[in-house]
Amino acid sequence: MPQAPVVEIEAVSFSYEAGHPVLSEVSLAIPRGSVVGIMGQSGCGKTTLLRIIMAAHLPEKGVARILGRSTAELDRDGRYGMRRRMGMLFQFGALFTDLSVYENVAFPMRELAELPEELIHDLVMMKLQAVGLRGAAQLMPAELSGGMSRRVALARAIALDPELILYDEPFTGLDPISFAVIARLVRSLNDSLGATSIIVTHDVQETLGIVDYAYFMAAGRVIAQGAPDEIRRTAEPFVDQFVHGKPDGPVPFHYPAPGYAADLELAAT
Amino acid sequence: MELAAVRQAFERLGRGVNARILRLGFASRFLAYLLLHSGTALRRFRLTVREIYFAGVLSLVIILVSGLFVGMVLALQGYETLQRYGASESLGVLVALSLVRELGPVVAGLLFASRAGSAITAEIGLMKATEQLSAMEMMAVDPIARVVAPRFWGGVLSMPLLAALFSAMGIFGGYLVGVRLIGVDEGAFWSQMQAAVDLREDILNGVIKSVVFGFAVAWIAVFEGYDAPPTAEGVSGATTRTVVMSSLAILALDFMLTAFMFTGGNR
Amino acid sequence: MNRSAIDLWVGVFVAAGLAALLFLALKVGNLATFTDTQAYQVQARFANIGGLKVRAPVKSAGVVVGRVAEIRFDNESYEAIVSMNLGAAYQFPRDTTAKILTSGLLGEQYIGLEAGGDGVMLKSGDRLRLTQSAVVLENLISQFLFNKAAEGKEAAKEPGKEPGKEQK
Repeated sequence: MPQAPVVEIEAVSFSYEAGHPVLSEVSLAIPRGSVVGIMGQSGCGKTTLLRIIMAAHLPEKGVARILGRSTAELDRDGRYGMRRRMGMLFQFGALFTDLSVYENVAFPMRELAELPEELIHDLVMMKLQAVGLRGAAQLMPAELSGGMSRRVALARAIALDPELILYDEPFTGLDPISFAVIARLVRSLNDSLGATSIIVTHDVQETLGIVDYAYFMAAGRVIAQGAPDEIRRTAEPFVDQFVHGKPDGPVPFHYPAPGYAADLELAAT
Repeated sequence: MELAAVRQAFERLGRGVNARILRLGFASRFLAYLLLHSGTALRRFRLTVREIYFAGVLSLVIILVSGLFVGMVLALQGYETLQRYGASESLGVLVALSLVRELGPVVAGLLFASRAGSAITAEIGLMKATEQLSAMEMMAVDPIARVVAPRFWGGVLSMPLLAALFSAMGIFGGYLVGVRLIGVDEGAFWSQMQAAVDLREDILNGVIKSVVFGFAVAWIAVFEGYDAPPTAEGVSGATTRTVVMSSLAILALDFMLTAFMFTGGNR
Repeated sequence: MNRSAIDLWVGVFVAAGLAALLFLALKVGNLATFTDTQAYQVQARFANIGGLKVRAPVKSAGVVVGRVAEIRFDNESYEAIVSMNLGAAYQFPRDTTAKILTSGLLGEQYIGLEAGGDGVMLKSGDRLRLTQSAVVLENLISQFLFNKAAEGKEAAKEPGKEPGKEQK
């Protein structure tokens, strides 16, 4: 790698409750300019990892170095300063429901940069054009479809040309067309902005199509990593089950239970 | 066996008290943070003006209508009692003092809690449930400064105005029923009122009450919204709690303030 | 709802609220209540104030000219010291009499002032020497003698201000 990684997680452990580690000894490094997927089942700790990256949580052990600074050293202002260089797309967009599409995209510009109104207008239109929704500028979020609000939220996330864009389950609940649109946007925006993107998702097949590198997580650990082709060809049974969507495997179909026969009272009395 | 049950009951009680005190402590810290970060809401006053619209202007109809009816009922009932003692001219005094000192701030506060307070809680709770607050936080915008503080100040500023409108409307209602309908002498109605109602003792104290109630309701509303579990049930529960807690807070504070203000100078 | 509409409504709301406050202050309340700047304070001693309360009106010829500001009990003379704020617009001679009267048979008690004939007017801090206590039916008979005695005692010593207990 030519440059220092944008995100560097070194042996990070974290738990919400003592004795129940959510992350244990997770390490990863994400180089500038790449699109990286972090995948795994629900509850494997990938959203927690995302919150560590955005400095919403501090690692209990290990170091999270984001954009060159350890999150543990940052105070409130430092944290906010770091987040100004980041953009984030939430699961369902998280658009401000009381503001129009235009005002949603303008929001970070108004709040964080003292820009003249004309410049804001031009910037908003450029960002909306990038996601193909310039015509929807005056609509309210309630009038948008799921895919459209995700695109508006994407325009908002890139409003201030971030260096690092985080996606939390960006594909959940989208129809195939919207899905393809968002996936292509993620890739093209990353390349045109020269940013770095991290996608946290469980939509494995589709995500593997756009990322440069992928990490697999299970039970708070990274169990596999590699370029998409390597992942597809992996022999690791869990990843195999996950990537190919097999109902049974290391992750059992059955919730742990006593013997079936015993439950049906077939055993001899 | 019984001893264990008693002990269990005490433990439950202790846990309940503990949880409530913890929550009060958290609410106080929240308030302190909110007040410290109110700069944005006051510097960019347009944000607060918007919230005055939602808290104040949208509560206007219910406040005015309720005020009018409360005043009219007061006049009808008061007249019944007063005329037995041949003191029906004091109707104005009765209506005005009841409204300005007690009913104005208290009833307006209760209506405000259920109309505007619940709306504030629901709005903030929903913003939290749909990750709008997290999104703001991620954009390096403090949601307490940007979302919570304007709503808080909008509520605090609206409440005294609403209470004053309630009282004024109530006195007008009392005038309609007392003077126009029943036929109490108009001059006596106003002059006795003016002689008995004191600017500082009655009206100013009523305004102080409404400011205190506005502060309490706005605090409860924004805290419940911000603290609501980010689910649909969480938000609806928080909305209910806002109305219940605000109403209890208004009544308790009213008792304390009345005891503090109106003893000694009472006539 | 666009911005200017919100501004307009909030403006209307605030104006209406302030108008309501003004209405309460002017039409409902008695803005003419004498505040410290417009009023001067005089005192009077009463052997018995009956049911007089702070803020009771002070009337002369039926016109409200002031209000009772404070009622204290004098530990030395065992009398009530009543301070009243009189409107600066109303001037009274120094030998004005203060009486505690009752409006109607069962009404509230107030202080009635009857102007005397002295050429010198009362000023702030003065004391009304001629007072007449409240009529307490039980004491009606002994009232006359009691008042005489009280006046005699008062004349004997200068009015010394004693921080007395405030009485309800």
